[in-house]
Amino acid sequence: MIRAMRILASNPLSLVGLLLVLLITFAAIFAPWLAPFPTHNGAVIDFAFANKGPSARNWMGTDLVGRDIFSRILYAYQISLMLGIVVLAIATPVGTAIGLIAGYVGGWTGSILMRIVDVFLSIPPLVLAIAMMGVLEPTLTNAMLAVTVMWWPWYARLVYSIARSEREEGYVLAAEVIGAGTMHIAFREILPNCLPAIITKMTLDMGFVIIIASSLSFLGLGVQPPTADLGSMVAEGARYLPDSWWLTVFPGLAILVAVFGFNLLGDGLRDILGVDE
Amino acid sequence: MSAVIRLLLRRLGISVIVLIGVSMLIFAIARVIPGDPARIALGPNAKAEQIASLRAQMHLDESLPVQYGHFLADLSRGDLGISLYTNRPVTKDIAQFLPATLELVFCAGIIMIMLGLPLGILAARYRGRWPDHLIRVLSLVTVSAPGFVWAVILMLLFAFYLPLFPIAGRLNDSFDIARVTGFLTIDTLLAGDFAAFTDALHHLVLPAIALSLSGIGQAARLTRANMVETYNKPYIEMAQAYGFFPSRIARIYAFKPSLIPSLTIIGLDFAAMLGNAFLVEAVFAWPGLSRYGVAVILRKDLNAIMGTVLIIAITFLIVNIIVDLLIAFLNPRIRHSARGSA
Repeated sequence: MIRAMRILASNPLSLVGLLLVLLITFAAIFAPWLAPFPTHNGAVIDFAFANKGPSARNWMGTDLVGRDIFSRILYAYQISLMLGIVVLAIATPVGTAIGLIAGYVGGWTGSILMRIVDVFLSIPPLVLAIAMMGVLEPTLTNAMLAVTVMWWPWYARLVYSIARSEREEGYVLAAEVIGAGTMHIAFREILPNCLPAIITKMTLDMGFVIIIASSLSFLGLGVQPPTADLGSMVAEGARYLPDSWWLTVFPGLAILVAVFGFNLLGDGLRDILGVDE
Repeated sequence: MSAVIRLLLRRLGISVIVLIGVSMLIFAIARVIPGDPARIALGPNAKAEQIASLRAQMHLDESLPVQYGHFLADLSRGDLGISLYTNRPVTKDIAQFLPATLELVFCAGIIMIMLGLPLGILAARYRGRWPDHLIRVLSLVTVSAPGFVWAVILMLLFAFYLPLFPIAGRLNDSFDIARVTGFLTIDTLLAGDFAAFTDALHHLVLPAIALSLSGIGQAARLTRANMVETYNKPYIEMAQAYGFFPSRIARIYAFKPSLIPSLTIIGLDFAAMLGNAFLVEAVFAWPGLSRYGVAVILRKDLNAIMGTVLIIAITFLIVNIIVDLLIAFLNPRIRHSARGSA
């Protein structure tokens, strides 16, 4: 722990990442108290202040119906972070379990599991999610479902390759010799050695899930209005470029800042946990 | 050389299996749809017999395995069904829209390789010093935003504020170019119209850069990581001891072996652009597969959705096979191996 703190301190970029992640999480959790206009997350109309540029009243301007963009970005962070956490909370254990079994047991079971993984990996992630949203109703729950379905195979593949190389290690052979069960070896012996790579990937993936989810809603296939979402805010504003630039630039930068934070932190974790790229 | 051919055959074999799996996956997704696809397609005013006839035409009354069989049989004839949105064969629609997307993705891919690899080499050569830190931060920034954010930013900066490039579209309306390949940069050259060619390239610049930015960052980071590993090997030390120029060591001795592990991921990034192209095309009103794809999705046009995803998956597989072959050519261990196992 102390070593980790020291490495983090010696690597200012990861420290910046950690601060950004903490700041955004804080902003998302306390959005109802931090937002200058907490009601603007919903279907509020205030034409007196519609489509105004940044000012002292509205730091990031207002949208076409007069809602405060800064307030909406804070609420949109709630959705993004929740989506990321739910997706990773489901995709990571599923993918890890499949990768572990395929990698340690190997043989026919492993081949079949990994071919299934290959099928999922052979469609670009965004296209698979778009196709799923194409047949499902565009709601937050379905967006989480679509992103989860496309996400687990990446963990399966990561854990598979680690498990494959760990399978021949002395400690695994020792466990086999004393008669430990397959499940015990896979989950109690090999899994702990996969954790640094998994944790690093999860941190980096929080950023990527935010990107994919905002991409879905950018195309109109994710969270629906009037709920604030970074992707749909950019999409709505894109038609009013260049005059009403604040409609797109601030939500766009909000995505950039959040994902950048997770990427910096993940990058630092990689060094701290000693994970190969 | 026979090792490469064996590798190709093995990859093709695996690809066929994967493709069958993809067709099952797409079929499964299409059957998740709530409600009756025929009724959705025909709208609320359709008569019962119209719906019944469309259901029969789409084989919706039969069991799922039989429906899948019909889907495969049609597929093997190159028939993806009729789009309920355009009322034309889906293959025709895709043939019309795919080239624009492929042209964009190819250009973005070339930009990614031309910028990403040299930046990675530069960072590795000056590892731990300021060019390395700068490239590291820059590449982290570029991978931190989706294509549509870069598209909006680039458009604002270089089409509106500094009107260097066109705002939208593929070609100025004043040009009338006969469609041969669907790739405008090729078609304009075939027509011998150099002004149109320049205009087509001009339209490509911003969308292609927006699409390639995250790939550039990824490629640079990867190349750097692999090269730094290579730099720690003894033969590099020997090259340094011989007094070779650092630039020569970087380009020849350190870069080449590092390229091979990078290539697989770069291939994946390249293919992922097919998905991200959806986002960039939407911003620049690029008449590619995105506009068609989003339109058919909003109308729940099953045949067209399945066809589009399938075509993208096939393109993705082809790119991956090409990358694997490239690796086999570049990697002497595979090229000269008797068993050809990669």
